[in-house]
Amino acid sequence: MPKIKAPVRTPHIDMTPMVDLFSVLLIFLLLTASFRPSEATVIASPNSVSEKQAPDKDIMTIIINKDGKIFFNIDNGKDSAKHTRVDVLTQMGKQYNVTFTPKQLNVFAHLASFGMPMVDFKKWLTTTDSKEKEKLQTGIPTDSVDNQPSQLFFWVRFSRLANPNAEVAIKGDGEANYKKVKLVMNLLQDNKVNKFNLVTNLEKQEVTLKDLPK
Amino acid sequence: MSEIIEQEKGKKGGKRRPKKQSTRIDMTPMVDLMCLLITFFMLTTAFSKPKVMVITMPEKKTEKEPEVKIAAWRTLNILLTGDDIVYYYAGEANPRKPPLPALIKSDFSKDGIRKVLLEKNKDLFRQITEYRDKRVSGKLLVADTTAESAIKKMKKEDMKGPIVLIKADDKAKYKDVVNIIDEMAICNIASYAVVDINTVELGMLKTAPK
Repeated sequence: MPKIKAPVRTPHIDMTPMVDLFSVLLIFLLLTASFRPSEATVIASPNSVSEKQAPDKDIMTIIINKDGKIFFNIDNGKDSAKHTRVDVLTQMGKQYNVTFTPKQLNVFAHLASFGMPMVDFKKWLTTTDSKEKEKLQTGIPTDSVDNQPSQLFFWVRFSRLANPNAEVAIKGDGEANYKKVKLVMNLLQDNKVNKFNLVTNLEKQEVTLKDLPK
Repeated sequence: MSEIIEQEKGKKGGKRRPKKQSTRIDMTPMVDLMCLLITFFMLTTAFSKPKVMVITMPEKKTEKEPEVKIAAWRTLNILLTGDDIVYYYAGEANPRKPPLPALIKSDFSKDGIRKVLLEKNKDLFRQITEYRDKRVSGKLLVADTTAESAIKKMKKEDMKGPIVLIKADDKAKYKDVVNIIDEMAICNIASYAVVDINTVELGMLKTAPK
């Protein structure tokens, strides 16, 4: 009797469940993904126990970095028919005699935070070199010139007018000087903003009745 | 899939049996690709949304209004001057009523300023914590908003806890101010305010213990 040769088979693993699982994960991640917008500066927020979440939309953020440079960001708002960012920049252009082309305005509408004096604004919108762009980000001036309020004041003022529902968040670096933060708060109060959201990282702290001094 | 194979069988009849082909698809490349995509998305997604701490400042006064008088025995002044140091003194520093109170040095650790605040605020703290514990253990069933307003009411009715005045000089870091406001939230302090530092206190800071 001839020997029956067992056919050589490559071991096969059924990958269908794996693929199923991966698909589900992939779809979930795709749907929940909210990409990190490229920020103008790196901020290490201080910690707090607050669990309140920052609003997604209708938020105006003033960013203060370690060196006290000030950046600004406002979103387009919940209503996609409104073009808050475009409106604000147009108003700013009028205030400081800078005219922007529709293309430049459109570019600006899709960007995130920024921080430079109005003089450099056009240059920043048109340059494509990212290193050059970074160099232009010297912070928004906060000092008043010729009895005129500062540029930051007008950014806040026009943003308030363009989107009155926008909440104000202050995102400061832990190492930033409080003097600068106070200056920003003062400026906001001049714009009738009395409620600030300070952006922090969540850090739980447990204090129970046992910790009470006897 | 199995249906298609059956159809094919029917067409060809029994003449020549077609080579039985495996219906399996090699899924390895697909899995590879998916792995890559998943890793990419995992790394780029910002999962933890930033948290915010809300602080409401009193409206700026346009004209000189009489300042709000607060009881000196309830006042606790906290002075911030950077370097993770907290100075505090109770009562008021009035140069017309010497002697000036001495500054006491403390820090942001568990046994630092928190102990002082808890000691001063123990009645309210106990009241609020007991209320929260009751909710957590299930003895008390109330909605979130009801609990919040109940705690708010307790804070409002509290007449013994300290009134904390937070003052920061130019050397203070933003971190210090956030930390101390956070400490107010931890200790359930009912009334606190961030106010400007005055010259008397600046002078006191100069001679403060290092």
